[in-house]
Amino acid sequence: MEKSDEREVIKTIRCIVCPTGCEIEVKEIPDGEIVFEGYTCKRGLEYAKQEFSEPKRILTTTIRVDDALHPLIPVRTDKPLIKQKLNEALKIMARTIVNAPIKMGDILIENITNEEVNIIASRDLKKCKNIIK
Amino acid sequence: MKRYNIDVAIIGGGAAGLAAAIEVKKAEFNPLIMERDLELGGILMQCIHNGFGLKEFKEELTGPEYAQRFINEINELDIPYKLDTMVIEITPDKKIYAVSKNEGLIEINSKAIILSMGCREKTRGAINVPGFRPSGIFTAGQAQRFVNIEGYLPGKTIVILGSGDIGMIMARRLTWEGCKVKAVVEIQPYVSGLLRNQVQCLEDYNIPLITSYTLTKIHGKDRLKGITISKVGRNFDQIIGTDRFIECDTLLLSVGLIPENELTRIAGAEISPMGGAVIDNNLETTIEGVFACGNVLQVHDLVDLVTAEAKRAGKNAVDYINERFGKTQKEQRKIRLNSGENVTYIKPDYVNFNELLKNLIINFRVKHPDRRIQIQLKDETNRIIYKLKKPYVIPSEMNELKINIGNLEINTECNELIIDVIPQPEPLID
Repeated sequence: MEKSDEREVIKTIRCIVCPTGCEIEVKEIPDGEIVFEGYTCKRGLEYAKQEFSEPKRILTTTIRVDDALHPLIPVRTDKPLIKQKLNEALKIMARTIVNAPIKMGDILIENITNEEVNIIASRDLKKCKNIIK
Repeated sequence: MKRYNIDVAIIGGGAAGLAAAIEVKKAEFNPLIMERDLELGGILMQCIHNGFGLKEFKEELTGPEYAQRFINEINELDIPYKLDTMVIEITPDKKIYAVSKNEGLIEINSKAIILSMGCREKTRGAINVPGFRPSGIFTAGQAQRFVNIEGYLPGKTIVILGSGDIGMIMARRLTWEGCKVKAVVEIQPYVSGLLRNQVQCLEDYNIPLITSYTLTKIHGKDRLKGITISKVGRNFDQIIGTDRFIECDTLLLSVGLIPENELTRIAGAEISPMGGAVIDNNLETTIEGVFACGNVLQVHDLVDLVTAEAKRAGKNAVDYINERFGKTQKEQRKIRLNSGENVTYIKPDYVNFNELLKNLIINFRVKHPDRRIQIQLKDETNRIIYKLKKPYVIPSEMNELKINIGNLEINTECNELIIDVIPQPEPLID
């Protein structure tokens, strides 16, 4: 116990892998080594490591469509995107307008922030005059 | 008036209706889906965030993706559906009247009906908030539709009442769209949605979560100018002198969902005091051949559970048409299912014993959280006929019991079964 007191807690991560919600403490021991404490499973440790070094998120939003039933198409990143790049990605998508017809899974923006993450459509959208507009 | 004759009429083309229709068609009967919106998919289409389908597809999908997979299957199986069609009446002899722009008034004669109308949100009227009635007050799901489908923002500075999952997801969504979300206010001392959403929707964006507070006043005459919130005591009574004013132009209410049972009532089916139709273990309502599934029956935690229930309803409707139960077995043994210790909600209302059925599925919710418990199914003489250990139960999570009926020994005189959730008896020390 005395030893762990020397370690400085540099971050507390709440694990979201399962509903248990373990509090995982990231500590730095005097020689600079980073240790994780408080996780109760392997997946939790992996999550904490990723969350500490480079947190990533799936981004889900919408892009404007010119010529479909709805003025928007729901989209997502095809892989988790680095958290710091989320805003940049949102700004690019806010400026983008796409055309119908669109199929679920179609790549609407390729390699959006140069992280090899694409923006794909979450649904089909047929071409027609936008009637809700 | 145009008339249609079909096997199974399915009211509502959301998650439940789509899954039920597919089951009916796979059993080589003719379903017809009636949907009041302009497209299939229901509320899933506006739930553009991910987290759907882990049970059904073993992967994480967005709402529209989850729906699209079912819509694709509907099209592959050539299942007919009517869009922009509003069912206005169901008669006890299973005639359905609907209206649409294309066909006017239509009559549908069916052998069985599946009710899959979903649920709707509680509004301001349901929570009795005093003050003016300015514009700028929306339910969270209504705002979600505006933002995600129709392309409108509800306002610029936002407060969300209720920390359910929809509320927290909307907090992040509106932040991404450039709004300022000032707070999420929760009357309970804890968040009511998933931890995952608390971390990824609120904490990621430094959105304040104010627990043990409730809305006590609405300010503004034409447009919302702000709200007053007050701290609540243990019984949710307002504590005087704890008022806080928050300036905002928009208030989103995320305060609960109610099964949408107007048509169920019109049909004459009995509704249970908990909301949702009274059903037996075949999901059959008190009207023979009318089944209920999905959120119109009970508000589920996950869409995957809606799908599973709807598949059962589809299969049972087919079994009913095949006269495997109901019609031919009038003298079935009907046993009332009641809730015991620490059980606040239970479905089905009746158990119908019948050798053709394999599994008895019971859903229930508990009153208060508990750890290391035993779930017991008892008869009226307190004899335990089934028991199961569980590490924990929480009120926000629906529990499911799946019991093989063949393994149950039930007294022929039994009229009542009781579900009890009790602390596990301590192990005896030798």
